[in-house]
Amino acid sequence: MAVDYEPKIIAFCCNWCTYTGADLAGLNRMKYPENVRVVRVPCSGRVNPQFILRAFRRGADGVMVCGCHPGDCHYSTGNYFTRRRFMLMRELLEFNGIDPRRFHARWISGSEAAKFRDTVTEVTQLIRSLGK
Amino acid sequence: MALSNKTGVFICHCGTNIAGALDVHKVVDASRALPGVAYAADYKYLCSEPGQQLILDAIKEHGLKRIVIASCSPRMHEITFRKMLKKSNINEYLLEIANIREQASWVHTDFDKATEKAIDLVRMAVAKVGKSEPLKAQAIPITKRALVIGGGIAGIQAALDIADAGHEVVLVERECSIGGRMVMLDKTFPTLDCSACISTPKMVDVSAHPNITLMTSSEVEEVQGYIGNFKVKVRKKATYVNHDICTGCGLCEEKCPFKVESDFDRGLSKRPAIYKLFPQAVPAKPVIDKDACVKLKTGKCGVCLKICPLNCIDYEDEDKTVELDIGAIVVATGYKPAKWQSMYNEYGAGRFEDVIDGLQFERLVNASGPTEGKIKRPSDGKEPETVVIVKCVGSRDPKKGHAYCSRACCMYAAKHAHQILEKLPGGRVFIFYIDIRTPGKGYEEFYDNTRKDGAVYVRGRISRIFREGDTLVCQGEDSLLGRQVRINADLVVLETAMEPAEGSADVLNMLGCAKNDDGWAQEAHPKLRPVETQVGGVFLAGVCQGPKDIPDTVAQASASAAKVIGLLNKDEMETSPMIAAVAADKCSGCGACEPICPYTAITLEKTPDREPGTGKKIERSVANVNAGLCQGCGACTVACRTGAIDLLGFRNTQILQEVDALWQ
Repeated sequence: MAVDYEPKIIAFCCNWCTYTGADLAGLNRMKYPENVRVVRVPCSGRVNPQFILRAFRRGADGVMVCGCHPGDCHYSTGNYFTRRRFMLMRELLEFNGIDPRRFHARWISGSEAAKFRDTVTEVTQLIRSLGK
Repeated sequence: MALSNKTGVFICHCGTNIAGALDVHKVVDASRALPGVAYAADYKYLCSEPGQQLILDAIKEHGLKRIVIASCSPRMHEITFRKMLKKSNINEYLLEIANIREQASWVHTDFDKATEKAIDLVRMAVAKVGKSEPLKAQAIPITKRALVIGGGIAGIQAALDIADAGHEVVLVERECSIGGRMVMLDKTFPTLDCSACISTPKMVDVSAHPNITLMTSSEVEEVQGYIGNFKVKVRKKATYVNHDICTGCGLCEEKCPFKVESDFDRGLSKRPAIYKLFPQAVPAKPVIDKDACVKLKTGKCGVCLKICPLNCIDYEDEDKTVELDIGAIVVATGYKPAKWQSMYNEYGAGRFEDVIDGLQFERLVNASGPTEGKIKRPSDGKEPETVVIVKCVGSRDPKKGHAYCSRACCMYAAKHAHQILEKLPGGRVFIFYIDIRTPGKGYEEFYDNTRKDGAVYVRGRISRIFREGDTLVCQGEDSLLGRQVRINADLVVLETAMEPAEGSADVLNMLGCAKNDDGWAQEAHPKLRPVETQVGGVFLAGVCQGPKDIPDTVAQASASAAKVIGLLNKDEMETSPMIAAVAADKCSGCGACEPICPYTAITLEKTPDREPGTGKKIERSVANVNAGLCQGCGACTVACRTGAIDLLGFRNTQILQEVDALWQ
């Protein structure tokens, strides 16, 4: 496990909550590791498990799916589907030999800039510790 | 798609916001090398007029077909640049924004790593835009009727402004009268004009306005639809009084034998079970409180029915649901004072009658209140000599209450002090404070005058209140002098925090609007879109968005009304074309997408087709998306087994391209 190993993490963030929260983190000049690349999607319910598998296949060290808190979805119910889908996703990953700790589904609202920073920091550290 | 991939990449410096934290020129060079990129350039402020012109010129000069702009968040300027593209021959949806400010320059400290990340973000955007297709916005009709939720001063002002502009307004208020918190107040700072005198005429204007339908004792129960086309269900609660005939003579209120605590007087007086909220209520007609009425609970009484000269009483009255077509919604649900009793045990937790909150004091000092404006202690009716005012009760106290400042308290505490000193000659007032915050026109001067009048400001908190004889001992710290203080007070007024009104979370959830951790409604942008929400057609007015005083509330309500008027003045508006689309040839008609859609936008429809092989004419089910209802969430795309349904603007191929680009 090299110390200078910089994992590449891809985060699918919903436009209404987490992407807004990330913008707010920027607005407040919060600092977090550079490892995460954000893909903007309208809703976490838009994230097809296929996207996650593709990311891992291409070489992602970690994948995050972030959306509004359950009950707060901009589209009323989208993140409920997300939640159910990605419970299964973890098992699918494990079955395929991918450490499920490399995959994280998190709820971060548009006002939770600090939570965005903390989540990104925490997930980056975790994945860095898991190694290549 | 035969569209060429001649992509132009433009990198914005955003002054030094971007250029100061990463190597813009390196990003430009890297962009030039990306597949499909025909041109790359940078500029100090791309959103400015010369910046936009630079892009438009480059489009012409280099024959660009697609555009990537690396700048601030797309939530900030995507619309700006789309509008700009309308002046070119490029479809405005052949644009991607790489967010290298909020996602890179603002959040990272390592210059090289931030640069590397910015290049990645540009690479992803270039890859995505390469798969973008021209989209055309559709026009939807707009129902020219606004709904205002909440009939406090914010709702009243918004309703009047919208109605004056010539649009229909439905004002829904859950209490039996409009007026909200403002009509409970006595005088208003800093001018000390009587609250009722300035708000009740507005209430009358509302009831008399030909464009306003007033629905009191009503609550919004369900909201469906989207901007310009909401379907709203309002429940009109049973009032048991026929308001069509009732003249509001008040006989029933006089004769009703059962009394309960008055919410309007904050428990300082009693009111009958059949009641008006206050004498100047609008509508000026009574309702029966079904929880207090003995006739409704046990069937024994019926005094009001016997006494009513016009036979207005109807014990069989039931709730009714009204359905409304609405084009725009203003949320004006206001606040409630914090329940300090459960937060501050050291202040007696409600055991001492003479520890009251600011709103109770307003009722005490109000000429139409329970004491007719005479300041008397609730316990024994004596005039107090020494009054202690405690500020920030529940505000600026994250351990016990809330971290936020409730903003109006410093000023109304000063006003309370002024009123005490005016009404109780020889009286003494001590105000315990953390800081004094009086920004506002004439505010600092008002506070200064209060001090000159004799109010004693003590910096520090009260740590304990207990009874000694018939006085309340307030023990606390004077943190400027660094010593303990003990004041024997006759009356203690706690200036409590504002909290979102009861049920405001339900309203916001129903509308799909976000709220912050404290429950205040989230505006679309804290500075530039302060009265809009993320939900199209839903606007905010007043304290529901965060604590504020009356002038700010009224200003925000008018701002909100201006937004509504702007929307309702249009006959139709363009909707986002980024909605679900079905490839009919791939659709198997399984219907998995149908139940997943939160907007019931997808239906299976019989479509003529030919049987494979035989060529026989057949009919088969194919999913169909209603463009007016679809909001573009994309949940259906994941449910589709054959990949027939896809989200325009966020197609599977576009997102996969973004993913792939990171490892090219």
